[in-house]
Parts: sequence; structure tokens; C-alpha cells
Amino acid sequence: MKTVLDPTGERQPAVRALLPRPPALHGRTVGLLDISKARGDVVLDRLAELLAADGALVRRYRKPTFARTAPVDLRHEIAEQCEVVIEALAD
Amino acid sequence: MRLPDGLVAVVKRDCPTCVLVEPVLRRLGAAVWCQDDAGWFDGDDTDLELSYRLGIETVPTLLRVADGEERARVVGWSRPQWEELTGVAGLGEELPEHRPGCGSLSVDPSRVDALEARYGGSGLASRRVELAELEDEHEALFDRGWTDGLPVVPPTPERVLRMLRGTTRDPGEVVAVVPPDLVECTVEKVAVNAVMAGCLPEHLPVVLAALEAATAEEFALHGLLATTYFAGPVVVVNGPVAARIGMNAGVNALGQGNRANATIGRALQLVIRNVGGGRPGEVDRATMGNPGKLTFCFAEREHDSPFPPLAADRGVPGDAVTLVAGSGVQPVVDQLSRDPESLARTFAVCLRVNAHPKLPMAFDAMLVVSPEHGRVFREAGWDRRRLLAELDGLLALPGAELVRGAAGMVEGVPEALAGSTLPKFRPGGLLIAHAGGDAGLFSAIVGGWVAGETGSVPVTREVRQ
Repeated sequence: MKTVLDPTGERQPAVRALLPRPPALHGRTVGLLDISKARGDVVLDRLAELLAADGALVRRYRKPTFARTAPVDLRHEIAEQCEVVIEALAD
Repeated sequence: MRLPDGLVAVVKRDCPTCVLVEPVLRRLGAAVWCQDDAGWFDGDDTDLELSYRLGIETVPTLLRVADGEERARVVGWSRPQWEELTGVAGLGEELPEHRPGCGSLSVDPSRVDALEARYGGSGLASRRVELAELEDEHEALFDRGWTDGLPVVPPTPERVLRMLRGTTRDPGEVVAVVPPDLVECTVEKVAVNAVMAGCLPEHLPVVLAALEAATAEEFALHGLLATTYFAGPVVVVNGPVAARIGMNAGVNALGQGNRANATIGRALQLVIRNVGGGRPGEVDRATMGNPGKLTFCFAEREHDSPFPPLAADRGVPGDAVTLVAGSGVQPVVDQLSRDPESLARTFAVCLRVNAHPKLPMAFDAMLVVSPEHGRVFREAGWDRRRLLAELDGLLALPGAELVRGAAGMVEGVPEALAGSTLPKFRPGGLLIAHAGGDAGLFSAIVGGWVAGETGSVPVTREVRQ
């Protein structure tokens, strides 16, 4: 029998269940995260209009650069302030 | 195992001295273990466990044991020493006075790593994976998702132990936190992946340094992995270590055929895949990628370079790696220029098209100057700083040519910049190295990735043994 050593990080990722999807967005706080890709604002501006028309409260956020992960503070801010988040990856 | 009290010996039948002392051992009634012939004496040590545990270096070795503990030891044959150890006079009177022994199989270089892995309490912390008898070992590693698409060397404990001899660093030392899963990666895990990549132990320090550089915050490895762009990490090696471990800085330096170049770059990518969890189609979202994402590593040709070593110019003299984000190789041909001004103009027009001729400051690049092109600069007394200054001047681009719509192309910068002059590269966004074979009036541009603070910054780190 041949034995080899595991080359991986040997981690079992913690699986977290998603929160239940809200039945409607009326009166909910929805965060829109712009990752700073070109023309991401085009998508998000239109989404903001549509969400506002549905009675959602829209908050806007922006990553400093699409090339790096979102700063921890930004992630916390969104988690604290929003019930729903939409992330825009656009070009 | 507890040793029997009395006399204990370890022999091998292939050793003439052991054959010589056979009658003596039988007369003494010693408990004898043989390394290569299970039937010669009562004791069978063909698996070499006893020899390994007793630290036998020479056969025959004769021990005196009391209460299960070794009290005395002699190696080889020496009548006075054997008589002293056994307390029996007149041993082997028909034998010569003295005969040296032979090397123990348990210290045979081809066996010692396996013995250490099996019996040595190797200290290896990685999970052991038992492959079934009927599993093809190469297919088994493909099946587990551990390869980059090419076969890997199975990382057996003995191979990993041998790999770890390439560094003085503790196997448990954490070298880096590897994205995207942000997993702490030990020297041992790097060694496992270096074995799989095909590295030799002497390559390991360079792999470790490359990983340290690649996981520096400013290199932005997570983004480099995740991007839809072509780029992946490129490793440039400087210092005496490059020649010492057989790296190629000459003919076909950016190509295939050299084990150190090929496996060091590959080991880095396997760590990112296996430890960090960065796999194509998952976090790696490259639209096309490039073949250099399998491996892209070369040494700078220092001995006749017009420039100081790249790493030394970046503040790390001696053995060092420089990590840059690279997107493949774009050829530069100029077979006629013999003065540095003309050749610099060729470089500039070719560099201008990096990513897109109308996109300034957006993407970094590395220019790899060949020896025949390098000679032009060396003979003119141009160093790296001088050439960069010349290129800066030639790559100051008029905004009117870059704005959206100019030259019939929508791609470009906002109209408001039409009146400005914009540099093609951000400060520090163009690196210059020297490599290649003696012949060929060609150089190479390795296109980079998103420039600087918004993307990746090149990182240089010392190679520590």
C-alpha cells in the first residue's frame, strides 16, 4: 500500500446556511456594493431606481479596488446596516 | 521491542567481515539479526527496523545488553575489543586480529529517508492518505483534484522528508497565509507540493521565498488569482543560488527543458491550488489564462548584463526572488538597431501596445532584454535607470490619441484627458530584466496586470537556506 501526504490545507470550510430570502423588499434595507469595475455604476444606478420604486431603502457601498478583497470594515458595515445585499460585477 | 539480555549482534550476509565472524557469533550464542538474509540467523531484520532504532551504522555491530538496555558496543571485528565486551578469551583464534566492517543497510542513502518516514517519528504533520493496492498512484492524485492537469510525483513521506533536507527551516514554521482560503501554510506543506511539482531539495528555499513574496499584501495574490485577466505569478531569480541549483538564464530561459525553472514555478502554483484552494473555474475566473500559469520562472542572466541584478536594484542584493504578475510573452524584434536610442524607440513602440495602445497607467509590464540587445546598452554605458528614463520620455503619450473614440476605437480614456500628457506606465510599473541565449536580436515583453495600488505591486524577497 502506498501512503502519500495530503497536499491541501486540510480545512473543512464552515458551511453557513443563507438567511431565508425575504418575501418582499418593501421597507427592507438593500445594500448595493460597487466593486469599482468600469460601468458597475450603470448597473447599480438602474437597480437603485427599481428598488426605490419597490419601496426598498437603498444604501450604496464601494470597494476601493476590484483587484482586492473588500476591507473587513466595509464588510462589517454592510452586515450591520443591510438586510439584503447586491454585488455588482460589471465591465 | 525489548532487546534480550546478553549479546546482540546485527549483521548482513553481503559483508565479508560478517561472514568471517559467523562462527564466533554462533559460539557465543549471541542473538543475531541479519539485514539481508532472513534465514541466516534466528533474527530477521530485513525491514531494517531494529537497525534503524539501534542507530547501526556498521555491520557487524556487537552489543552487550542488560535489563533491556545497551551497555557496550563494538563495530567490525577486533579480537581484543570483542574479548573485552564479551569477557570471553580466545575468540576467533583462526581469524585475523582485525577486520573493518561494512556499511549498514539502514544508513544507505537510498533507504534512509524511507526508514525515517516509517520508524523515525518523522514529525510530519500532514494527513496520511493510504492509496488502495489497485489504485494507480498517478490516477489517484488526479482523481483527488491535486494536480494542475499534468501528472505529479506522489508525495510519499520519504520524498517529503528528503525535500525538507533542502532547508534548515522547521517543517512546522508557517511561511505564508495563502489565499483565497487564507490557509496558514507550513514549510512541510510547501515541501509536499514541491515534491509533487518535481522539485529537488535544493530548489525548496527558492520555492519558499517565492511563496513569501507572492503572499505579501501588496502582491494581491487573491485578486491575481480571481481576475478574469490573463495574469499569474512570474518568478525571477537572482544571485548565486540560481547557478548553484542549475537554473537556466540562457538559451530558452523563458521556455521548457530546465528542471529548476519548470518545477519552482509549478510548485508555487500547486501551493496556491492545493493549500490556498485557488482552482480554475472556482475562484480563478480567468477568461483565457495563459500557459505560464502552469509555471513561469527563470533566472536573470547576471554575468554579462548591462544592468545590476534586478533584485539588487530593488534593494535585496544576493540570493533573491522577484515576483511579478505576468500574462505571457510578447516578442520584440529589432535586428538593425545598433545604438541605444534607436533600440529604446523599438522597445517603446512595442511596450505601448501592452494591453491596449490607448490605455495608459492601467497595466504593468516587464521587459526582458536579450544578451544581443543588452550588449547595445552595455557598450553605450546605459544602465537600467538610464534605459527606464529614456522609455519614460518615449512613452509620455498625448491624451488626444488616447481618448475614447480616437483612431476610430471606443476604448480609451475619458474625453476630459484629451489635453493632457499621460505616461504609459505608472512610476515603478515597468521592470527590466536580462535573460536569454547568446544569439538573437529579440527581446520579450511580459505583459503584467492591473497596475500598482489598485492591483499588484512586484515584490522582492531574500532566498534563505
